[in-house]
Amino acid sequence: MSGLIYSLCALGLVMIGLYGLARAHHGLQQLLAINVMSAGVFMLLLTMAARHPPADAVPQALVLTGIVVAISALALGLALLRRLAAEEAESHD
Amino acid sequence: MTEWGLALLVVWPLLWGALTMVVPARQVTVAGGLAALVTAGLGVWAVTLSPQFLVLGNWSTPLGLGWRLDGMAQSLIGVTAVVGGLVSVYAWLDKGLPPTFWGLWLGAWGAMNALFLTADVFHFYVTLELLSVASVAMVALTPGAGATRAAFRYLLVSLTGSMLFLLGVALLYGRYGVLDMTLLAAQMTPDWPSMLAFALMTVGLLAKTAVFPLHGWLPQAHAKALTAVSAILSALVIKAAFYGLMRLWLEVFGPLATVSASWVLGLLASAAIFWGGYQALKTARLKRLVAWSTVAQVGMLVLALALVVQAKAISSVPSVHLWQGLVWLIAVHALAKAAWFLAAGTVQKRADSDYLAQIGFALHRSPISVVAMALAVISLAGLPFTMGFLGKWWLLSLAWELQAWAWLLVSLLGSLLTMAYGWRLLNLSLVNRGLPQALKPVSVARDWVALCLALLGVMGGFGGHWFWEGV
Repeated sequence: MSGLIYSLCALGLVMIGLYGLARAHHGLQQLLAINVMSAGVFMLLLTMAARHPPADAVPQALVLTGIVVAISALALGLALLRRLAAEEAESHD
Repeated sequence: MTEWGLALLVVWPLLWGALTMVVPARQVTVAGGLAALVTAGLGVWAVTLSPQFLVLGNWSTPLGLGWRLDGMAQSLIGVTAVVGGLVSVYAWLDKGLPPTFWGLWLGAWGAMNALFLTADVFHFYVTLELLSVASVAMVALTPGAGATRAAFRYLLVSLTGSMLFLLGVALLYGRYGVLDMTLLAAQMTPDWPSMLAFALMTVGLLAKTAVFPLHGWLPQAHAKALTAVSAILSALVIKAAFYGLMRLWLEVFGPLATVSASWVLGLLASAAIFWGGYQALKTARLKRLVAWSTVAQVGMLVLALALVVQAKAISSVPSVHLWQGLVWLIAVHALAKAAWFLAAGTVQKRADSDYLAQIGFALHRSPISVVAMALAVISLAGLPFTMGFLGKWWLLSLAWELQAWAWLLVSLLGSLLTMAYGWRLLNLSLVNRGLPQALKPVSVARDWVALCLALLGVMGGFGGHWFWEGV
């Protein structure tokens, strides 16, 4: 039962992230919306791991890898945003 | 021995990509260029091997990763090696490229090789993400806010696509408890978690392949990128995501890919062919034209995939040369599009302008590039004696056998559109030259590289016998 609640919450988080991505105007908001989405996906994976005791190790490994990938992509997004802000400030001068 | 060689196919470009970041700026081109040529050699070597399945580091599935070298993977690795090798030669000749290009390009190459080899859906996600990060960074190599904005948009679309794909992977693991593609294909049953996973993973990959209506990022990103980068993105990176679609529709989700599902693909593809063609006819800028043509040609690939899915679902049709035809079309498009983008970039550099109205004289003075573009266009349109002709012939006869008249008509009209927007450029070089103007000096060797790619796209047609009969 609790597994079902967690899975639905995870899917809900993904939906919130997608909605936020569609509504956001600022790049930072868009990046954060994608992060909410990825939190939902990771939560779903962990729910899959915890269905039967003992917890399955494979989804946990996947989530760890996924977090590393998501952080690197987020870092690239933030770097691009900073560069964009600098370039736009330059062109306004 | 083979195992080490295949590992090298991924590790070598990644390692050298990292090393070029610390090599002194003056030697980066030599180091990166040589590493790229060795990678191309490794790729060609991988094509000569016999198909096999590898378990990396003796870790068995599900914890370990399986690598699979089958006909489809070998063909894609080979296409990447040939096109990537020639684009690297062009990049070597291009003195305007920033030194960081080499690290990113080698990283992208290693990611693509891993992506083609992997037999694990989660590992596929990781390689896809690695490839997107490298591609986005390559777009951002162009200075200026416009390119940064295009790169950021590309990143957003790419990340969202990957997240949807990963969500599908999570659902698949929850339903079947395995991640290996062959194991998944063996157990696949049409129930709702599998269907949801199928839909999510397909949408994620459609966004990365830039299939209509998720193509909005492509014209900006591909047109703003530096010339060698445009060629890499358009000819190779798009194909990597399309390869994922092929694996999902033809293999992993085999029982779910029904005729009605293929109609969705066919409709999206038709819209892409017409919309991309229309925009390419309308645009006022050179690289935009080539980029919109990519949108249309991606539509053609997806249409072919839809037909193959139909042929597989209707078992009465003899299922010969199904994936071979798709791979052939991929090779046609990769060679032609790389040639076209490189030639266009050379002309753009010479004219110092991207507007069609201002490049007439530069086109007139770049006969080799014009021939390369003309050959690329006729191969894409599928005129006789080219590689594209064999691909188009295969596609039309498949549609004929399936009695899919609508798709037959769409693919014929797509060829006409290709000729029409291709003619816009040739017309400029032959008729509307414009006034003589001062041109920037650009080495003629760069025109020759584009011509080499275009010639391969034509000559490949004569080697067709070996491919179609051999596999």
